[in-house]
Amino acid sequence: MKLLTLNFVTCARKSCKTLPAAFPLHPRDAELEIVEMELNPKFLVNILPRVEWQALRTVCQELGLPTLPDIMPVQQDLLQPPSLPGRESESQEGEAEGEGGSEEEDALQKPSQTAQDLHRVLLETTIANGKLVCGACGHEYAVKEGIANFLLPSHMV
Amino acid sequence: MPDTEQGYGAEYEHQHVHSVYERIAPHFSSTRYKPWPVVEKFLRELPDGSIGLDVGCGNGKYLAVNKNIFIVASDRSPNLVAIAGQHQPHSALVADALDLPYRLSFYDFAISVAVVHHLSTEERRVQSLKAIFDSLREADASSNGGRALIYVWALEQKESRRGWDEGHEQDVMVPWVMKDHKKKPKDADHVAEVPGAQTTHYRYYHLYRKGELEHDVSEAGGIVLDSGYEKDNWWAIVTRSATGGINHIDPPA
Repeated sequence: MKLLTLNFVTCARKSCKTLPAAFPLHPRDAELEIVEMELNPKFLVNILPRVEWQALRTVCQELGLPTLPDIMPVQQDLLQPPSLPGRESESQEGEAEGEGGSEEEDALQKPSQTAQDLHRVLLETTIANGKLVCGACGHEYAVKEGIANFLLPSHMV
Repeated sequence: MPDTEQGYGAEYEHQHVHSVYERIAPHFSSTRYKPWPVVEKFLRELPDGSIGLDVGCGNGKYLAVNKNIFIVASDRSPNLVAIAGQHQPHSALVADALDLPYRLSFYDFAISVAVVHHLSTEERRVQSLKAIFDSLREADASSNGGRALIYVWALEQKESRRGWDEGHEQDVMVPWVMKDHKKKPKDADHVAEVPGAQTTHYRYYHLYRKGELEHDVSEAGGIVLDSGYEKDNWWAIVTRSATGGINHIDPPA
């Protein structure tokens, strides 16, 4: 399970879902694996504002990963400024320029180191095996071969 | 026919839906690759960066449609989830449609294609819809609420191979025939008379009659924005109502 996905899920029990303690689920005995994936800067820029940053920080800390900054990076932190000085990037915007326009855009979308780090943490770092524990009810969900299993035993449904 | 008792419904579905999919997973998956047009259009038209759900994702064929959105897909069958999990940038997990592990009021969209009709009582079908709607983002001053696309098998399909139509029993057992591998070439004399061995698995379905999907959606606290019929199936695009979802109060009997 990707850490991005972990940021979007909670305990499957109805009685827990409204409780703040049920989010985020806490990894336990987690074995991490890096599953490489192409970095898509626009995707990262679009998704990042939806990430519950403090929950991500908590999970990273619990997994023993490097500490994330206190405050969530913003869009400008993810994209490198144009490397060529004197480019009139702003005046180009809104003009239909076909191929030329999109190349310009691509140049502007070059990912920064921050973007690469976030891509690594959110999309490439996966929990391969281990457990996810609900902070409210204590139930443990197993993760095996990268797949988390949220099926509840019948007495918990 | 299952009765309306919850425990029995779950047990019934375990036997007549879940364990069947688990057994037919690889064969089922090899036959499921073409997206339904209504679903494909829904996914393609989402704004980049939308975050959503595929509840009952099967082999994950809809995860290949749009790479600029992020889908958390789930299915009851671990064998199918293992196949679905290979579609980047998305994610797949094992969960029951009635006990979804998703944050409430968070997601921009959800799809549930050919899933709700596997639940064996109306109460459970409505519950599963409500679980999906509860996970959708509520409308606020700056944006519309999240939207769900629900897709179920229709009773009215007299042109289809099955030939069901209005008036037919709605709760049916549908065979899934798995042919064993074709006869080995040049392998002896008995080959000609033994037709390829086959195994038949039966899955439970509730066939939706016209108007029934809209009814169930409304019972679950959803508002139908659009709905229609596509090739033997009923579909509806739904948003959650302001008063629906978790605070929904049942009217007095």
